Amino acid sequence: MKTEAPLSMNAMIPLVADTPKSKEWQRVLRRFVRNPGALVGGVLVLMAVLFALASPWLAPFDPNAGSLTERLAAPSFTGEAAGHILGADAVGRDLLSRIIYGARISLFVGIASVALSAVIGVTVGLVAGYFGGWVDDVLMRIADIKLAFPFILLAILVMAIFGTGLGKLILVLGVTGWVGFGRIVRGQVLTIKELEYVQAARSIGATHFRILGKHILPNVMSPIIVLSTLSIATNILLEAGLTFLGLGVDPSIPSWGGMLADGRIYISTAWWVATFPGVAIMLTVLGFNLLGDWLRDELDPNLRV
Amino acid sequence: MLSYVVRRLFHTLIVLFGISLIVFFAIRLTGDPAVAMFQGAGEPSKEALDQIRKALGLDKPLWQQYLLFIGDMLTGDMGVSFRNQQPVLQLIMERMGATLTLAFAGIFVAVLIAFPVGILSAVKRGSFMDMFGRIFSLIGISFPNFWLAIMLILIFAVNLQWLPASGYNGFEYLILPAISLGLILSGVLARLIRSSMLDVLHQHYIRTARAKGVAEWVVIIRHALRNALIPTITFLGLQFGALLGGVVILEQVFSWPGVGRLVIDAINDRDYPLVQGSVLILAFMLMLVNLFVDLLYGIIDPRIKLGRERS
Repeated sequence: MKTEAPLSMNAMIPLVADTPKSKEWQRVLRRFVRNPGALVGGVLVLMAVLFALASPWLAPFDPNAGSLTERLAAPSFTGEAAGHILGADAVGRDLLSRIIYGARISLFVGIASVALSAVIGVTVGLVAGYFGGWVDDVLMRIADIKLAFPFILLAILVMAIFGTGLGKLILVLGVTGWVGFGRIVRGQVLTIKELEYVQAARSIGATHFRILGKHILPNVMSPIIVLSTLSIATNILLEAGLTFLGLGVDPSIPSWGGMLADGRIYISTAWWVATFPGVAIMLTVLGFNLLGDWLRDELDPNLRV
Repeated sequence: MLSYVVRRLFHTLIVLFGISLIVFFAIRLTGDPAVAMFQGAGEPSKEALDQIRKALGLDKPLWQQYLLFIGDMLTGDMGVSFRNQQPVLQLIMERMGATLTLAFAGIFVAVLIAFPVGILSAVKRGSFMDMFGRIFSLIGISFPNFWLAIMLILIFAVNLQWLPASGYNGFEYLILPAISLGLILSGVLARLIRSSMLDVLHQHYIRTARAKGVAEWVVIIRHALRNALIPTITFLGLQFGALLGGVVILEQVFSWPGVGRLVIDAINDRDYPLVQGSVLILAFMLMLVNLFVDLLYGIIDPRIKLGRERS
């Protein structure tokens, strides 16, 4: 019996420490489920992720196998017997299967490019805001140049130099998208670095690296998460736009922007080829926007309206 | 005020200098214009290539080419297009009208839709109207504009045959491109107007105005909207770059003869002077718009004194 008391005491400690956190999570989850916008956004994003991860099992046909007899076959819901739920494209490939596989490109480009932008932007923002002076001046002038350079022209120029392709597209979107992150983080750092706990850390001799990484970065995470979610939506649109112009993903890979570009030619005879990839883009982007809006309300009470 | 404008213009010059460096070297990395000129005409001899490079001034060292380019730019000479030997400035100006017409028509459509939707959404917060407004704006920002353009062509040009599908031949050719551009922009704009209006509507001076018995529409338009305009206008200024991007894509969809198509063709042709000139002019316009927006603040909100350092 004697040993029981300390044991139960030990068991209590993590319980006490855990309860508020798990309760907070439960509260967040409850708010998420009760918010129709967040729920719809979550479901849309989840669907896109599911499409991307499980495409070989979900796609009814091989996305690259065409059959000329089923060229521009109409969707099966219009009474067409070819058996393509959303119809077929100009070389008889199943549209639904290509849309399911296309989710991979959109999500991969969206997430990877935003991750790159966030890493560059957060680093620049932390350094510029924390050190100030000429470092700040130089970095912010670079940001100005970036803002004054119309993105689409920069993208076209870079693609003309290095050629098109998935990796280059991610690089272009990632490298050009950091300014938003940089500015937000810099602004926050300017305020946070004057706070007492940062001064305290400095007075006990913490290194700049430690102050930035341990005391400042965790406190600027909320706007970064919100901006990342909303930027994924923007970059999915930009990827589709560049691929549509023939400057993005290789045409042989199923991508929503590429499908739209193909379908545009047949708009007067086969409306479905350009329509459904566009719906896929819209729903995925809508999902990330809804999720981003909810996250902003959750994480950043200052921005709540 | 004047010193503020001068300082900003000086700042603009520095940024333009940075852009000129980037575009000058970047376009030279895309490939050799001499080779591009022989595209599809068989393998050119080395002598022929050298001759063309010499004629285009590309045989000089890079730094010398850059100094010549900057020197010419400072005297207002943007050079001559490699491709069709016409002055770059003239080529750009011929196309600029079409691009600006589309851009402003797009903004006009956006303002026409976004202001009523945003204001009503904020004033009737939580109502059916608000829900409609919010869904409208969210869907608006989630569309790719070129897809909307294709759908509009499908409905109004192919099926109903009310409007032309593409070209540039009068007012009816402007309608579909302007709506494609404007609808997307109106989504973002309506969201912003709604949130800025909501911020303002909670202020004490609004309560005071209402308490004084000022008519509700006067409170909304004169007191609330005027103050909600600042973030809205800033945003419109910042969106000008994105708007240009939208215009470039829509110019392709609607065969609209604007600067966007000119630049894309120039990059593909490795037409260095034309690319350099158009990028610099577009960037300069973008910066002028932002300066203009900053100057507008002073008019909308007289409390904002430009040029004073904030402590």
